[in-house]
Amino acid sequence: MTASTTDQDSGRPPSESGMLHSGSSLLLNASNEDHHIARMAALALGLSVLEAAIPSPLPGVKPGLANIVTLIVLARYGWRTAAWVSLLRVVGGSLLLGNFLAPGFFLSLGGALCSLLVLAAGQHLPSRWFGPVSNSILAAFAHISGQLLVVYLWLIPHTGIAYLVPIFAIAALLFGTVNGMVAAHFLAEPETELVPAS
Amino acid sequence: MTAYLKPGDWLTLFGGALLTIWLAATLWQGGIADKAIIRSGGNIFREVSLSRNQVVEVPGPLGVSRITVRNHKVRVASDPGPRQYCVHQGWLKQAGEIAICLPNQVSVELGRGNKTYDSLNY
Repeated sequence: MTASTTDQDSGRPPSESGMLHSGSSLLLNASNEDHHIARMAALALGLSVLEAAIPSPLPGVKPGLANIVTLIVLARYGWRTAAWVSLLRVVGGSLLLGNFLAPGFFLSLGGALCSLLVLAAGQHLPSRWFGPVSNSILAAFAHISGQLLVVYLWLIPHTGIAYLVPIFAIAALLFGTVNGMVAAHFLAEPETELVPAS
Repeated sequence: MTAYLKPGDWLTLFGGALLTIWLAATLWQGGIADKAIIRSGGNIFREVSLSRNQVVEVPGPLGVSRITVRNHKVRVASDPGPRQYCVHQGWLKQAGEIAICLPNQVSVELGRGNKTYDSLNY
């Protein structure tokens, strides 16, 4: 994102990305890539909000549908873009759901950061043998590891949470596989665009 | 469906399944017990190590309950109680398992060296 003082409007509504002050002349010029990231993050946000309506037996056990977007972005546009989309989704989702800086937010953030770290390595797996499903499963396990680490170090510093680890692991395996297959499905069709390029 | 899974994906899936099974197996067992706590009338009668095979005779109001320790397992071998529930329970292996002979007020519980608090129920 570049700040400039031109009056050039990039043709987007100001809410979408960047800040626009008409009149006085501070204009944040969002690049095409910014818009692209924002659109994909918005898609992931939509899935996050949708998912928040699904009841969960245990806090933290949820499908993680938004990660499908992250996986597709990773495969199509690389890790840097995927990290942007993922972290924007975490922050934006917490603002929408009203738990920004609440424990749930830090759980998401911990999970997302661990996932991204693992994906940074996972993306280099030979694509001849490994597809999005591998990345998805690895990221899902990293996600629960990050979450449980936050839980243990901050919220519940008691070894009793070890009893919950297998439940989270089962969920990670299941949802990681399913999300990975959904991502693989979309990636298999070269025509699929996440959002229509404008 | 499976068209989306490449060979390496199967490998990852298999690895993940193994990890999950291993986690469940290690974290969901009560832990390795190393001692048996024998109670009589509500008081601790004796704490015996599971590493030595032995027979402990515990007196109660009805008579003597005989508790056997063998190969890191423990059971109530005989009890004067009428229904023999604790005898039928058989061998106890994992920490936290307990056999209670209510009529004779004798119980045997497997424990670990440092008993952790059950903070959810305590």
